[in-house]
Amino acid sequence: MRVVAAMSGGVDSAVAAARMLDAGHDVVGVHLALSRSAATLRESARGCCTIEDAGDARRVADRLGIPFYVWDLAERFERDVVEDFVAEYAAGRTPNPCLRCNEKIKFAGLLDKALALGFDAVATGHYARVVEGAAGRELHRAVDPAKDQSYVLGVLDADQLARSFFPLGDSLKSRVREEAAERGFSVAKKPDSHDICFIPDGDTRGFLTRRLGEQPGELVDAVTGEVVGEHAGTHGFTVGQRRGLGIDRSRLDGDPRYVVEVDAPRNRVVIGTAELLGVDVVEGEHLRWCGPAPAGQVRVGAQVRAHGEEVPAVAQVADDAVTVGLDRRVRGVAPGQSVVLYDGTRVVGSATITAASRAR
Amino acid sequence: MTHYLDHAATTPMFPAAVEAFTQSAGRVGNASSLHTAGRAARKTVEESRERIAAALGCRPSEVVFTSGGTEADNLAVKGTWGSRRDADPARTRLVTSRIEHHAVLDPVDFLAEHHGATVSRLEPDRCGHLAVDDLRAALDEGDDVALASVMWANNEVGTVQPVAELAAVAREHGVPFHTDAVQALSHLPVRFDESGADLMTVTAHKVGGPVGVGALIAARDASLVPQLHGGGQERQVRSGTLDVPAVHAFAVALDETVATRDVEAKRVLALRDRLVEGALALDLGITVSGCWRAGDGTGRLPGNAHLLVPGCQGDSLLYLLDAAGVECSTGSACQAGVPQPSHVLLAMGYSETETRGALRLSLGHTSTDADVDAFLAALPGVVERARRAGGPA
Repeated sequence: MRVVAAMSGGVDSAVAAARMLDAGHDVVGVHLALSRSAATLRESARGCCTIEDAGDARRVADRLGIPFYVWDLAERFERDVVEDFVAEYAAGRTPNPCLRCNEKIKFAGLLDKALALGFDAVATGHYARVVEGAAGRELHRAVDPAKDQSYVLGVLDADQLARSFFPLGDSLKSRVREEAAERGFSVAKKPDSHDICFIPDGDTRGFLTRRLGEQPGELVDAVTGEVVGEHAGTHGFTVGQRRGLGIDRSRLDGDPRYVVEVDAPRNRVVIGTAELLGVDVVEGEHLRWCGPAPAGQVRVGAQVRAHGEEVPAVAQVADDAVTVGLDRRVRGVAPGQSVVLYDGTRVVGSATITAASRAR
Repeated sequence: MTHYLDHAATTPMFPAAVEAFTQSAGRVGNASSLHTAGRAARKTVEESRERIAAALGCRPSEVVFTSGGTEADNLAVKGTWGSRRDADPARTRLVTSRIEHHAVLDPVDFLAEHHGATVSRLEPDRCGHLAVDDLRAALDEGDDVALASVMWANNEVGTVQPVAELAAVAREHGVPFHTDAVQALSHLPVRFDESGADLMTVTAHKVGGPVGVGALIAARDASLVPQLHGGGQERQVRSGTLDVPAVHAFAVALDETVATRDVEAKRVLALRDRLVEGALALDLGITVSGCWRAGDGTGRLPGNAHLLVPGCQGDSLLYLLDAAGVECSTGSACQAGVPQPSHVLLAMGYSETETRGALRLSLGHTSTDADVDAFLAALPGVVERARRAGGPA
């Protein structure tokens, strides 16, 4: 097959490209330029997408002897990922931009362009497994539980999955690093990228404040209804957050307080005690099925955030919405995140969380 | 089998130039050393300088070797500006065009941003031509001009400027005139003495020589503030140990270029016209920028074909042609491999969208009918595919 290997300049996508080549595919390396004003050098171990990263990817392609190109998807990335990210926060939700990037950029913009140019598929360094099942290709959790990225791939539909390869799903990360070293890749010891690639300094609140400006409002206690402080904009808060609340502790009892609700329309952040965070009913929309769409009531495992634990649940599936009843309460379910549904290790699909509540 | 149609980026070295390079590279000797080995190196450099001077119509003492075109342009712009301003602090204006190479544009911008230079920028017409009267008008505005700099021929669309007339106008106004002749040298009768310019940039790797060596041809009375300080090897204006093998190979390559230039220009022109006519005949909506006319090898460079393919992104075209064995360029500067809209096409009045499907094919001494055939054979399929992959996002 003719395959585009998406190469970020990191160790995972380098090994993924090499494995595709070993498997006998005709591989072309493509680095996605996602910023019009990419920095020359990485500032730290965080982040990615600098010119230095493009250079690292190029050197791996040189080593593999495959053609290498940089494709400019910066405008689409800005529109479909960054602006969406800002708009979601402005609306009081907590988006996952990696999911959005997979849905709109890597397995849409990139994949569509690759298919149009005559390629058959895209390969990435994500940790997830694709398994040939009775009803077509299935997406499964990776073998390495610490690295499993099936959550951020839960937005892929069957067509996208049919055109995707994840050559690292069967491997432990430690093995991938060893293999990179054995193959002589200069990126073998390159640190993993963390957080959000377009916020390399990790200061999400600062980034959002630059985009949205300061919008001072009230911090309200959920129990007493009393105003206990001020905030500089609801976009600086996420359900479940404990740090950086800026509350006047003298006006509260000794228990820690968490954000329990971000009410953007009223520009209020509601805080409360830990017990208020526990929810067991999650509503979602923007349904994406990784295979045949389930109907009615199905028994699933539900994961409500990246790297979160999976909880047994019952999903009630309607045409354009899903209600997930969790067997036990979980804390810190933020609207805007995705709930990804599993059947064993298989990803059934995902929905964007719109609301979370308590059944009883 | 690949078809190299990117001579404007760099040219394959002539075998004789490779031989000269390896011959000199095998010998020890710093051209500034006084012993036998040093004298031998110096002899090679000075003989090369004389050959280059003869080929360019200048005196040997007017050849200031540099590391290439970029350094020569920087020295011409910053060196002249510094010297002229030192002589008269009111002389801080630079006159240049909007379609210069970045090696001129960026030093100009640097002087404006960091040293208070002011800039007058000449606008090209839709073909990429600059008007002599526009230069006259800019110089008439005041006697504060330190330097006028206009390229001989454009690296993207190949448009040739009326350098002798522009230089004459600058001379009337007592303003030094610099021209970047890097692209012109391979196929146009470039002569420093006949151009009337005070400063002229040339580089070896666009004429079958090695990368990493070039020269600023600086008239004997041109006053330049050094930009690289040190041993003062080149006329006390440019420091750095001379690259003897590169200088040697430069001279050999330039000799061969000049000896075959008229014949080559005609041969390449015929290939270029066949390429353009073939591309237009495909009925794919392709247009030529830079006002191409069949048989015109003086208004634009004989080896330059600059095509605009609507509904495509340049990087898709480039990938597909590369996969088909045809090597060319999107013709604009890249940042991390991402094509930026061409400042040349924008200045010529094209929209940002139109600039996205630009393809530059540049022919030179190794180009053959087979190269043109391969390009024309690949083009319909490539354009169809690239269009499916989408136009500008």
